[in-house]
Amino acid sequence: MTSATLTSGATLGSQRVSEDVRYHEDAIRLFVIAAVFWGVVGFLAGTFIALQLAFPALNLGLEWTSFGRLRPVHTSAVIFAFGGNVLLATSLYSVQRTCRQHLFGGEGLAKFIFWNYNVFIVLAALSYVMGFTQGKEYAEPEWILDLYLTVVWVLYAVQFIGTVMTRRESHIYVANWFFMAFILTVAILHIGNNVNVPVSLFGMKSYTYVSGVQSAMVQWWYGHNAVGFFLTAGFLGIMYYFVPKRAERPVYSYRLSIVHFWTLIFLYIWAGPHHLHYTSLPDWAQTLGMTFSVMLWMPSWGGMINGIMTLSGAWDKLRTDPVLRFLVTSVAFYGMSTFEGPLMSVKPVNALSHYTDWTVGHVHSGALGWVAFVSFGAIYYLVPVLWKRSQLYSMRLVSYHFWTATIGIVLYITAMWVSGIMQGLMWRAYDNLGFLQYSFVETVAAMHPFYVIRAMGGVLFVTGALIMVYNLWRTAKGDVRIEKPYVTTPHKATVGAA
Amino acid sequence: MAQDKKGFSHDLIERNTLLLIVLVLITVSIGGLVQIVPLFTIESTIEKVEGVRPYSPLELAGQNIYFREGCYNCHSQQIRPFRDEVERYGHYSLAAESMYDHPFQWGSKRTGPDLARVGGKYSNDWQVAHLVNPRAVVPESIMPTYGWMKDRPLSYGDIADHLKTLKIVGVPYTDEQIANAKADVEAQKNPDGDTAGLMKRYPKAVVANFTGNKTVTEMDALVAYLQVLGTMVDFTKYQSKQLQQ
Repeated sequence: MTSATLTSGATLGSQRVSEDVRYHEDAIRLFVIAAVFWGVVGFLAGTFIALQLAFPALNLGLEWTSFGRLRPVHTSAVIFAFGGNVLLATSLYSVQRTCRQHLFGGEGLAKFIFWNYNVFIVLAALSYVMGFTQGKEYAEPEWILDLYLTVVWVLYAVQFIGTVMTRRESHIYVANWFFMAFILTVAILHIGNNVNVPVSLFGMKSYTYVSGVQSAMVQWWYGHNAVGFFLTAGFLGIMYYFVPKRAERPVYSYRLSIVHFWTLIFLYIWAGPHHLHYTSLPDWAQTLGMTFSVMLWMPSWGGMINGIMTLSGAWDKLRTDPVLRFLVTSVAFYGMSTFEGPLMSVKPVNALSHYTDWTVGHVHSGALGWVAFVSFGAIYYLVPVLWKRSQLYSMRLVSYHFWTATIGIVLYITAMWVSGIMQGLMWRAYDNLGFLQYSFVETVAAMHPFYVIRAMGGVLFVTGALIMVYNLWRTAKGDVRIEKPYVTTPHKATVGAA
Repeated sequence: MAQDKKGFSHDLIERNTLLLIVLVLITVSIGGLVQIVPLFTIESTIEKVEGVRPYSPLELAGQNIYFREGCYNCHSQQIRPFRDEVERYGHYSLAAESMYDHPFQWGSKRTGPDLARVGGKYSNDWQVAHLVNPRAVVPESIMPTYGWMKDRPLSYGDIADHLKTLKIVGVPYTDEQIANAKADVEAQKNPDGDTAGLMKRYPKAVVANFTGNKTVTEMDALVAYLQVLGTMVDFTKYQSKQLQQ
């Protein structure tokens, strides 16, 4: 191992605690493995159902493999399986370090949470394929599985909050504010949205307590805040720990993090009705949803600025550290996505975008660009630390992953912008005689090329993830790839020319 | 860390876990409460229209298949009040029309067309042929095929329990409707039988042997559900003012 490879990053975070705190890491390793595994499964499922939309024969004519049953498998696999395991790994890892305390409840509780959370995921996925569903997006698991998840989640809350309460630091670090808001609010949302009455105590089927317009409002209160608290607040917790650690810089602004935290969690909850513009939801609720969604732009960008500006004085590291590049790019995607969201929540824009692929593209710029990228950055940071390796197997491979995935995202979201806006315009187009110009199915046919491009984007994203799997596997084995290190000094040519 | 000499300091929250938890809980509760609670208390939320009735047992079984197959992933049931949507799909959707849907099926994506008023738009035979192979009737369609559903017997032994459960959550099924639930499944499938009781209990229900099978199949139920969608309210009876929330 040369000194040059050592300077290529990945040596941070391996410093051990000076005091007598022994951090729990066995369960964290399990969460990381599960996160990577479910990530690949979720991306593959997404790519497969994307191909189904381009080539319907891939539904295979079987009940278990139709788009309608597999789409929840994809969304749950990426959000709750991949995202959930990433959040559990990173939150339980960083809370110990920021509190200088090992896990409350110990390794045993953490492993109990690990196995039960992942068994829940397997059962949920199997139940979707077999046709058990509540019929609500992102809240498909039936009542018995909802109860199971509630128990697991409460244990997670006990472990996390218990660790914070027994901390040896005087202050609760900002990342932990976000993690706590995420854990508490997700618990409220999950329970509030799953008040069901089962048909029989021995069957899966249940009916939601509320119906029609009220169930729509409750569902999107839940649905939008699954985005706001699961995919945003939780992952902002990751940002607030891993970006400063990796950049070796303090968080840009303490004051901004306070303002950003409270405004974000206050405003997000109001945004749900923007999923229900121009529907039978009363206008007053739609107007509230739109207004708060537009306001939400500000705290979102406050968070983005705080994350990106943390690199002040360390921008050069973007050239030499592809892991940091993942983290910073994720925050940039977060900024783009949280600008696009408020834009789409404005009613006249929503009139065009709603029900189209534009929404799908928007979700994926957030899910792939923000959530997945910040997760990749955190995982690349964690694996050498958790497996006690001095560095990653290969930084070049991290870079290949970065570019493959980035090109995949660009293909994905541009294809969906074009197809979504095109379809929205085709639906409302009139001919010279005052008739609707296109039948519905003509707009479906027009989507085809974009569905193919989107699926190609998905293939690239999966490919990048497989590069990561290989890199992490070799890292865990303790291998180091012989490769040209990333240069930390300015190019001689530049210096010479000056 | 610099502390303000007087007044409130965020420092206090950062040192006290319970205080942080309580403040977070308060902060995240306000929006949801303000938006959800009035929907139950403001009476005009659900328009006063005649005709919306609970689903017949066969339609309900069909709706459960609609849930099970995840149809809502690609089809909305919510027509917005735009000129093009009203021309394409029919009168814009009312909150009243989905008040017995547990849960709502408004959807969020139109990979396929809106189905809020698909009832009666196509014949029963078309619906069956389309479900068996969508591309046989619409060549450009990208919908999955559901041929396996055509001959699979519907499981409806516990259909009365479904009605009872829905009654608990507020659907006004009568004791008579619950007592006749199983018989009504079979009656709606048999146009040659006595359907007077069924039609009295569930006006506008479409009675037909949808698939031609002797037994009641899953596709019979699904088509019976699709054929009633959006047909319950007679919009010629109402001025737009009367439909305001």
